Amino acid sequence: MKFSLSWLHTWLQTDASLNEILNTLSAIGLEVESVTNQADTLRPFVIAEILEATRHPNADKLQSCRVSAGGEELSVVCGAPNARTGLKVVLAPVGALIPTSGLVLKAGEIRGVKSEGMLTSFRELGLGEDHEGIIELPADAPVGANYAQWAGLDEPIIEIAVTPNRGDALSVRGIARDLAAAGLGELRPFTVPTVRSRDRSAIFWQIDYPEACPLIFGRTIRNIKNGESPDWLKKRLESIGLRPINALVDITNFFTFDLGRPLHVFDVNKISGNILTLRRGIPGESFIGLNGKEIKPTAEDCVIADAAGPQSLAGIIGGEATGCDANTTDVFIECALFDRVKIAQTGQRHGIFSDARQRFERGIDMYLMQDALEAATAMVHGLCRGDASDVIAAGTPPPWNRYATLCFERLKTFGGSDISGPEAVESLRRLGFIPVEENATAVTVAVPSWRNDIAQPPSLDQWPDLPDAQAAAAAQGAGEIEPEVDLIEEVLRLRGLDAITPVSLPVARLISAPILTQKQVRTSLARRTLASRGLFDCVTFSFTDDATSALFGGNAETLRLANPIAADLNQMRPTPLVTLAQAAARNIARGFADFGLFEIGPAYNEDKTQALVAGGIRCGSTPLSAVSPARAYDALDAKADAVAVLTALGVPQEAVTTSQGGPDHYHPGQSGELMQGPQTTLASFGTLHPALCAKLGLPTGSVAFEIFLDAIAEPKKRKKSAPSLPPFQPLRRDFAFLVSAFTGAESVLRAAKAADRKLITNVALFDRYQGKGVPEGQVSLAIAVTIQPEQKSLTDAEIEAVCAKIVADVAKKTGATLRG
Amino acid sequence: MLDNELNNLRQTALPAIKVADAAALEELRVALMGKSGSVTALLKSLGGMEAEARKAAGAEINLLKTEITEALTARRTLLDAAALEAKLAAERLDVTQPPRPDPTGAIHPLSRTTEEIAAIFSAMGFSIKDGPDIENDWNNFSALNIPEHHPARAMMDTFYLNATFGNRPAVLRTHTSPVQIRTMLNQTPPIRIIVPGRTFRSDHDATHSPMFHQCEGLVIGEGITLGHLKGCLIDFLSAFFEIPNLPVRLRSSYFPFTEPSMEVDIGWNRKTGEIGGGTDWLEIGGSGMVHPNVLANCGIDPRKYQGFAFGVGLERITMLKHGMPDLRPFYESDIRWLRHYGTSPLTPASLHEGL
Repeated sequence: MKFSLSWLHTWLQTDASLNEILNTLSAIGLEVESVTNQADTLRPFVIAEILEATRHPNADKLQSCRVSAGGEELSVVCGAPNARTGLKVVLAPVGALIPTSGLVLKAGEIRGVKSEGMLTSFRELGLGEDHEGIIELPADAPVGANYAQWAGLDEPIIEIAVTPNRGDALSVRGIARDLAAAGLGELRPFTVPTVRSRDRSAIFWQIDYPEACPLIFGRTIRNIKNGESPDWLKKRLESIGLRPINALVDITNFFTFDLGRPLHVFDVNKISGNILTLRRGIPGESFIGLNGKEIKPTAEDCVIADAAGPQSLAGIIGGEATGCDANTTDVFIECALFDRVKIAQTGQRHGIFSDARQRFERGIDMYLMQDALEAATAMVHGLCRGDASDVIAAGTPPPWNRYATLCFERLKTFGGSDISGPEAVESLRRLGFIPVEENATAVTVAVPSWRNDIAQPPSLDQWPDLPDAQAAAAAQGAGEIEPEVDLIEEVLRLRGLDAITPVSLPVARLISAPILTQKQVRTSLARRTLASRGLFDCVTFSFTDDATSALFGGNAETLRLANPIAADLNQMRPTPLVTLAQAAARNIARGFADFGLFEIGPAYNEDKTQALVAGGIRCGSTPLSAVSPARAYDALDAKADAVAVLTALGVPQEAVTTSQGGPDHYHPGQSGELMQGPQTTLASFGTLHPALCAKLGLPTGSVAFEIFLDAIAEPKKRKKSAPSLPPFQPLRRDFAFLVSAFTGAESVLRAAKAADRKLITNVALFDRYQGKGVPEGQVSLAIAVTIQPEQKSLTDAEIEAVCAKIVADVAKKTGATLRG
Repeated sequence: MLDNELNNLRQTALPAIKVADAAALEELRVALMGKSGSVTALLKSLGGMEAEARKAAGAEINLLKTEITEALTARRTLLDAAALEAKLAAERLDVTQPPRPDPTGAIHPLSRTTEEIAAIFSAMGFSIKDGPDIENDWNNFSALNIPEHHPARAMMDTFYLNATFGNRPAVLRTHTSPVQIRTMLNQTPPIRIIVPGRTFRSDHDATHSPMFHQCEGLVIGEGITLGHLKGCLIDFLSAFFEIPNLPVRLRSSYFPFTEPSMEVDIGWNRKTGEIGGGTDWLEIGGSGMVHPNVLANCGIDPRKYQGFAFGVGLERITMLKHGMPDLRPFYESDIRWLRHYGTSPLTPASLHEGL
């Protein structure tokens, strides 16, 4: 909502400075978005007189002018055809910055004639589109004066953000009322002029859709002369960026902003028949709106129709066919009350944003309808003459009287404020609330008609599964409390919420208990683990594009956005790897070859649930080094990352098995899954599929992992038993087995370990060999077994027995043979 | 005669020992002290002597034996020391070269901010809740006192999915506030929670991202007032920005789910970007007393319980705290930016170490 300071002053009598006004507006909830002053950019431009204009000696279309701006006489070359001797003009002196071109004017010579300034047009000053010639000022314009000041452009234009609850602040009068209530002066009274009616209205109302339009007034004014509005009105509208059209239209716009009262004017002679009906739209019918676009009302919309069909989308936009133009002689003014919800729905349905809609959907002052119609009639009469008819009406005013009670102690116990009862009552009174009952502890007030946001019956939408009694008690509570809270807010905001004394929250215990859930702790732990392994923590978008998503299995239609902001952000990612891979590719494209990224974030699943996944990618090689030669990352690096996280999160290593082969976005031969039992996949990892790498611009051989944090069971909280620390030295025995190349090393290690669960404390794979000396299709696996005697030193025979069992068990479980 | 022999031996052996190298020293030791060595032979000869003569000769011979043994040991020690020195000299390592590279990763600034917020609010007795990014419109709007026709719905630039969720349109949550609703439905007051998380709005330019992060706070109890809201916000913001007297200002505003509603500003210097100084104000979030309708929608009787809620943009406060000029790099994953603004995994946020 924009308004000029002078417009505000028409409603607010005040000595307050601009700064006081701005600060107060922001403090009371009418947040100042901007303050501009056209005069700032027009500062250099002065009023001048052309003392003499003569044809330029060397150019047919130019004139050479002698110009006076009060000081020394200047020579100015001008191309405008309307430059002539004696004309008062706007001069841009040398050094002036021309607002529209951004150029600084320099003295020069044009075809041999000195030019020491420029005579300007409206367009050059950014004041309009008029470029027919230079600005022609009236003969009494004072030479040498600042143009902007003289033209009344030197004033602040204030723009405030009006919150959706404050329909009343979408009017200059409403803003003035709030400022006055906040102590910044007095609201000037609204004196309603009356215009005597000469005859009966030419047009009558009929309401067939009372749910949308409960009440409407109208009035015909005949024999008018429509034309340009007077300067004061044009300037007022222009100051807030509205283009003056003609007096009738300008008057409706003026009242929209001045009183917050949208009006509409019909050209009586363009209406078919003499009845305008408020009815539901009929599918199939249409009309051209004042925005030049075809409007097709639905049965839920309210239209204003004449005998020929709909002429207006009620409360939102009028129709072109019945609009007023310069030739209008008889006008019919509409002043209506429309249902807020219906207006909002129709506006949304048609995607039309208008000043009228904005006001109707926030609620207008129902009590102001007739006064506003009188004021508008008077202005039409004053500017266009004509004869006003009687006022016609249809419908019945809906009940609007509402009351609210404030218990003064609630200012403290809810608002934390020390405002006294009498102070609160005074604030409410200044805002237009009328006390109807008051005692030492409470006041009951009547709510003013313009405050549609206060003490409305509660519009609850309670959770359907609440127990009936609980729901009813809560609803009753809301009905009692809500109006009081409305009043508390009004009282507090006028003094500024900043005046409330801060109180630290009481803390039940000085030393707070840990507050994170196991899941939250583990998320942090996983993050720290991965970062400490050299990966960078990332945050990437939850959405991605079809093609990239498809590379990772894609996602269901139900996870597609109905209204994506861009085609490449149109579905929810099936795994964080999607967007992480894109992030890795961006780094590759920037010229970085060796790095690792991870993200702990959501993967979105078909049933609209989301899983928390720690995904990571490594590209390239380990860092270059003379002492530890760089090597390319491989699938086992990704496995190491996954295992590190699982270990950090307390998953017992012996509970995890690796299965060969992972999801399709991995290399089929270089991927796997970490399983807990046959069902639960804790993580998958591997080399990314080369085809996927090629499509995304990732180097072949990039590796990745996904850890499914939700799948990891919470570790049982058990006290650790005392450790076994036998005094006997452990023994190491090495074995080399020949086994099929398709038998996983893990099964050999497990079989060896299981050979004696008490004595064998560790089994490590230290060599893997395929080639000369090993039969085709087989592999030699060398393992070191640690045997830890518990009760006594082992005899050679006992050691031999353990070793024999290892060989036998590994052979039995994996088909391996001891290498000779 | 014996004397002569001993003297000869002394005069030849001792100088030889002094200049012997390791091999020669061993040869000398064997030649002198070995089984058939000269000194050993002399000792053996004592057996054939008279008792008187043996006593005198024995003392002489043993004196020589001691002298030679000491000389041998001294020489051995010297040679060993020299040998060690030579070996160490040969084992020189260029210690100016870089060591084996250690992995260096970093924690994203948003993760860090979330951790810091958790640390601060845990001290005030809050717990941390999370909720799904895909919500139904009841949790995201209706329950929060934003009915279907409400202008605020349109203002939020909601993303809709091609799906329903519990028979209602599925949306990407436009704020973290649905978790307030989920919590109030499942927990009886008193409630103190914060909800950091992803949020989504259909807005994309230099200062808006279609995905961003909010942190919601909700306190419901008996006797919770606007004063507490203000105190809680001031306590949080001064701890987070580590400025004890951070200027905090509340401005009246409107949100459908709170009444009264307030924007939260902190003091800063527009020119230098310094937080806490200067005379300018910067908006960092919204807050208010929970609207009675919201409580009632969740089955809480507003006559018994009241409280406040607030929300701050995590990117916003992160940018302010660290003087980051631009929002977009948060989601860009440029490793240069991550390395520059990221923090070490070894220094998790804690109040006693400082944030």
